[in-house]
Amino acid sequence: MAAREERIELGLSETDAGAALSLSGVLSIRTVSELRHRLAALNLDRPLVVDLAGVARIDTAGAWLLVDLETRAQSAGGSLDLRNVRDTTALLLDNVRQARPEPENRPEAARGVRALLERIGRAVVGALRYFADLTGFFGLFLARLARVLRHPSQFRLTALVAHCEDVGLRAVPIVSLMAFLIGVVLAFQGAEQLRQFGAEVFVVDLIAISVLRELGILLTAIIVAGRTASAFTAAIGSMKMREEIDAMRTLGLDPGVMLFVPRILALLLMLPILGIIADFMGIFGGALMAWLELGISPSMFVTRLIEGTGVGHLVVGLVKAPAFALIIGVVGCHAGMQVKGNAESLGRMTSGSVVAAIFAVILADALFSVFFAKVGI
Amino acid sequence: MTEDGREAVIRVRGLKTQFGSHVVHENLDLDVYRGEILGVVGGSGTGKSVLLRTITGLQIPAAGEIEVFGVDVLAGGADRDSLDDRWGVMFQDGALFSSLTVRENIEVPMKAVPGLDADIRRELADLKISMVGLPYLAGDLYPSELSGGMRKRAGLARALALDPEIVFLDEPTAGLDPIGAAAFDTLIRNLSQSLGLTVFLVTHDLDTLYAICDRIAVLSERRVLVTGSLEDMLEVDDPWVREYFHGPRARAAFADTAADRED
Repeated sequence: MAAREERIELGLSETDAGAALSLSGVLSIRTVSELRHRLAALNLDRPLVVDLAGVARIDTAGAWLLVDLETRAQSAGGSLDLRNVRDTTALLLDNVRQARPEPENRPEAARGVRALLERIGRAVVGALRYFADLTGFFGLFLARLARVLRHPSQFRLTALVAHCEDVGLRAVPIVSLMAFLIGVVLAFQGAEQLRQFGAEVFVVDLIAISVLRELGILLTAIIVAGRTASAFTAAIGSMKMREEIDAMRTLGLDPGVMLFVPRILALLLMLPILGIIADFMGIFGGALMAWLELGISPSMFVTRLIEGTGVGHLVVGLVKAPAFALIIGVVGCHAGMQVKGNAESLGRMTSGSVVAAIFAVILADALFSVFFAKVGI
Repeated sequence: MTEDGREAVIRVRGLKTQFGSHVVHENLDLDVYRGEILGVVGGSGTGKSVLLRTITGLQIPAAGEIEVFGVDVLAGGADRDSLDDRWGVMFQDGALFSSLTVRENIEVPMKAVPGLDADIRRELADLKISMVGLPYLAGDLYPSELSGGMRKRAGLARALALDPEIVFLDEPTAGLDPIGAAAFDTLIRNLSQSLGLTVFLVTHDLDTLYAICDRIAVLSERRVLVTGSLEDMLEVDDPWVREYFHGPRARAAFADTAADRED
């Protein structure tokens, strides 16, 4: 009984008074399209008799076709009379008749320019609302932090240490390697350009200023955003999904104090340290490359570094670290709280939080640059 | 193949399944006859869902034979592939594809049918949606927008998309409220009668057992301990079976059904 060989045969005899149709074979989902095409030209405004005697099997699709034919015949002023219907088929036909979907009025979807404008409008409002939400969440974090400062007994030191290890210590290898390579690349590219002017020694200034002011902390923040914002969202989101956060609330535990404060505080403490490590590794990489490529000895590099680069550059870089830490922590925790009860939303929020955190970090860095340029540091 | 004049559409012999050193089934025999609704019950961890997954070929057993419509499930080849059209599986939470709407989910198996027009396919999908008792507009929704009960119904609609001869239902009423569960029971009974379905039903729900199952198979001690009608179960002299079918909840469910049948 290979299912693909199902066949339907029909015999049609038409008279002035009406038409008689006899079907034989299998009336199933595999034959229904064919039969419908062959019946398309049939005139339905007369009485029609359908004989099912030769039909070996009829499934829901077949029953649907017959019921559909019946409905169309009735609306065209004709009628449909089914002959030799088996009991099970009659039951099936009744079921299909009852179940025939009643098209309800669908909400009319807007089209064209209006739809485009509507989408843009929704996106803008959504973005503003998201920003307002983030500000609210930041406020919540500050309030919970203040509460913890007033009642230090509520503070979860163990959690803070665990998060510090996760956010800080475990990120040291990747951050160091990234910064080292950036230093190497800068020295190599800078040397190529500066050699044309015989100004190789300025490669030290190039490396020091770009790493200390911008690249060290910015790239560290981007890596941490990728690692930690997603981890925060996934951890808090899965707790939200399994109703652990609701359970906390019913037990009188505040999710802000329990979850957000230790995480964001750990980031606040660790990101500047990671930034310093990145600064050192970047300069180390640059120095190594300058020595190998340009013959600037390490002692000369250090002398030039101290002469040419003020400590101000280091401060300008590190001052941004707490701001970046807050952005990453708030975006990550907030996205976690937005997770709904299903796995898709967890995945969507996790990847969304990384993108939002990285974007916000770069935006903040640009604002800092403008600010420092205006102030003249 | 026939026993007392009935055709066994599923025949399991000497089945052994194990995960590592943990043996779930050993020497398990089971027959499911055409047109019946078989309820599979058993305590937690007795491998009810594992049995369902093994029969449908999702789990490879360590030993034993499984035949569905006389075709060896464990063998490859065209015969085995044709089985996929002849059975449908409803998983516990519907297992709908999350990136597709309900209607598209139901259309997925129909797309394998050669020569089926897209507009007919769509109308048939809408018909299935309303046959399982979902509102018309549910077809446009994504699985994440549905409640648990609606997801189960949509999962059943997808399992029934090609009018299979056997449907496997994994805990169809778990997590539904009593009204929703009763409606689901009626739905399965109705569909089984009008479509001539054979139903393999894994359940914990005593009401479902009483209301719709023709025969019950009890999984215990790594095998099918006993099969038979509800009345047979009451006679069985096994501590677990006695506890299960004579417990207070069983008595309440039985009393309800007895009253219903008298009406």
